[in-house]
Amino acid sequence: MEQNSLININNLVKRFPVGKGEFTALNGIDLTFETGEFAGLVGPSGSGKTTLLNIIGSLDTPSDGSVNVIGQDIANLNIKKAAVLRRQHMGFIFQTYNLLPVYTVYENIEFPLLLLKMSGSDRKKAVMDALDWVGLTDKIKSRPAQLSGGECQRVAIARAMVKKPELVLADEPTANLDAANSHNILKMMAKLNKELKTTFIFATHDDKVIQYLKRKISLEDGKIVNDENVINKGE
Amino acid sequence: MIRFLFKGLLRDRSRSLLPILVVTAGVTLTVFAFCYVNGILGDMIEFSAKYTSGHVKIMTRAYAENKDQVPNDLALLEVNDLISNLHDDYPKMEFVQRISFGGLLDAPDENGETKKQGVVVGMAADLISENTKEIERLNLDGALRKGRFPEKSNEVLLSDEFATKLEVSPGDKVTLITSTMYGGMSIQNFVIAGTIEFGVQFMDRSGMIADISGIQNAMDMNDACGELLGFLEMANYDDIAALNVETTFNEKYTDPNDEFSPVMTRLKNDSIMAGYFEYMDGAVGILISIFILAMSIVLWNTGLIGGLRRYGEIGVRLAIGEEKGHIYRSMILESIFVGIIGSFLGTIIGLGFSFWVQEVGINIGEIMKNSKMMVPSVFRAHITPTAYYLGFIPGLFSVVLGTMLSGIGIYKRKTASLFKELET
Repeated sequence: MEQNSLININNLVKRFPVGKGEFTALNGIDLTFETGEFAGLVGPSGSGKTTLLNIIGSLDTPSDGSVNVIGQDIANLNIKKAAVLRRQHMGFIFQTYNLLPVYTVYENIEFPLLLLKMSGSDRKKAVMDALDWVGLTDKIKSRPAQLSGGECQRVAIARAMVKKPELVLADEPTANLDAANSHNILKMMAKLNKELKTTFIFATHDDKVIQYLKRKISLEDGKIVNDENVINKGE
Repeated sequence: MIRFLFKGLLRDRSRSLLPILVVTAGVTLTVFAFCYVNGILGDMIEFSAKYTSGHVKIMTRAYAENKDQVPNDLALLEVNDLISNLHDDYPKMEFVQRISFGGLLDAPDENGETKKQGVVVGMAADLISENTKEIERLNLDGALRKGRFPEKSNEVLLSDEFATKLEVSPGDKVTLITSTMYGGMSIQNFVIAGTIEFGVQFMDRSGMIADISGIQNAMDMNDACGELLGFLEMANYDDIAALNVETTFNEKYTDPNDEFSPVMTRLKNDSIMAGYFEYMDGAVGILISIFILAMSIVLWNTGLIGGLRRYGEIGVRLAIGEEKGHIYRSMILESIFVGIIGSFLGTIIGLGFSFWVQEVGINIGEIMKNSKMMVPSVFRAHITPTAYYLGFIPGLFSVVLGTMLSGIGIYKRKTASLFKELET
């Protein structure tokens, strides 16, 4: 295990109470992620990929084992520190975009920077850069309801990337997109991964996403059944 | 960040316009109800002050102890000297003599024999002196039905209903049979100058108003009166000013060893009036409490619905790394903004309604025609400085409380479920 890696997971177990017993969602997971990876947690529903993404994203805690993300031990983080970790170092991309409907594209992207208390001029520059990355500089004043699904997801990517986080976690980011939009989005993320050295971790069972992954970690019944580096379209 | 949140608040009408309308409506009702209750009770207090209690009342200590029996045998003596001293001590106040009396009123026929008789409840006030304000104070101008006001000491006003019952009209003679302040029998003829309608059944049934000098003469009460009523300079009763006058007067004039020494009581200490004042304070408290409770429930519900609508937004904010406390506080900040705007609008509208009712009034004469209470027939709202800020208390408190209750859900939300929750 690499101690200086971005993420170190050692013998991770996650159990959930079910009735009077327990359900083991993750069992003995050992993983390491380095800076700049473009990796995917792949597997069928119930395999544990979203649970693993939750724990890496400090949204949940392990039952056993250790998870170290960007120098922070997830098991020992309180709610406030977990929020700080997410706020400062992580970006999230959701299946259904989850943009704030009353705000413009610009304001949606600006929001994470407000939480970081960044100055107005720095915010403006960062938001314009992010809009440039995703090719939406002409939609600055549009509201989410005025955008297509693909455009909404590009805004969500810009929102996740605007603070240039070390890590972006994406849960089924193409599930609501058609094939053409899915490829565009994935190409964009692969490009950002390459240019900004941001680590991307996906939870997916979508073949379109899998095509772009540099590393594919297959999960089944809470265990890693395969972990392989692959040559893909993003290269 | 605050600017960002307010932008969202203003754009999302369901979380700004709806709660603002609810608060505005509630505050409007509160302000109007407060002014109306204030007006009604204030009118009742002023009405009673003018007729019976004054803003302050001076009696002998012995009279005060038995005042419900109206014991004129314990009346104040050397009243003119006392009034002269009072004018020196309290130059801005006005003091007037009053005598309450009862007896039998006899209406004779053309032969001087009794035609009709009735029990009379009378009040004597200064009706004929040059600078008297008693006719205006007792609102007799509007109450005069037939004839005119007394111009001589032996002229009286009779209630219109009582005059009809006795079959007498202005110009007719009536005989008052009563007792002197020394216990002797008194029989005195009076001329009816006019008839009046009090608008209060209690007074209309058998009321009589006579000039003070005529009654002093009839009851052998020269330079004496049952009660001296004092009126403060301001139109409405001011308890602090009255308390000050009461304290200084009693310190100077009251002798605990002399039961005939004068004693002053202020309106709020009057047995009936004290109840009004308590009711007034209680009514305002109840009004505000009901508003806070009802509005909090409504706004809690509004907040819960808003919370459901904003479920996704709050989830994203949590995932991005905003702390639960920060989200909760930002929602309370929004609610304070909503509360201030709603309270401001509600206060303006409530004051507008109140001003209209203050100027026009609501005539309840028909409703109160069988009442035995001495109340005015037209009730008016009364705007006091309290009305300018009163609505902000329940307006702000209820919306913040409603938001605090509905926002507790934020703390119950598990971040571990966010990815699943945000899928839909």
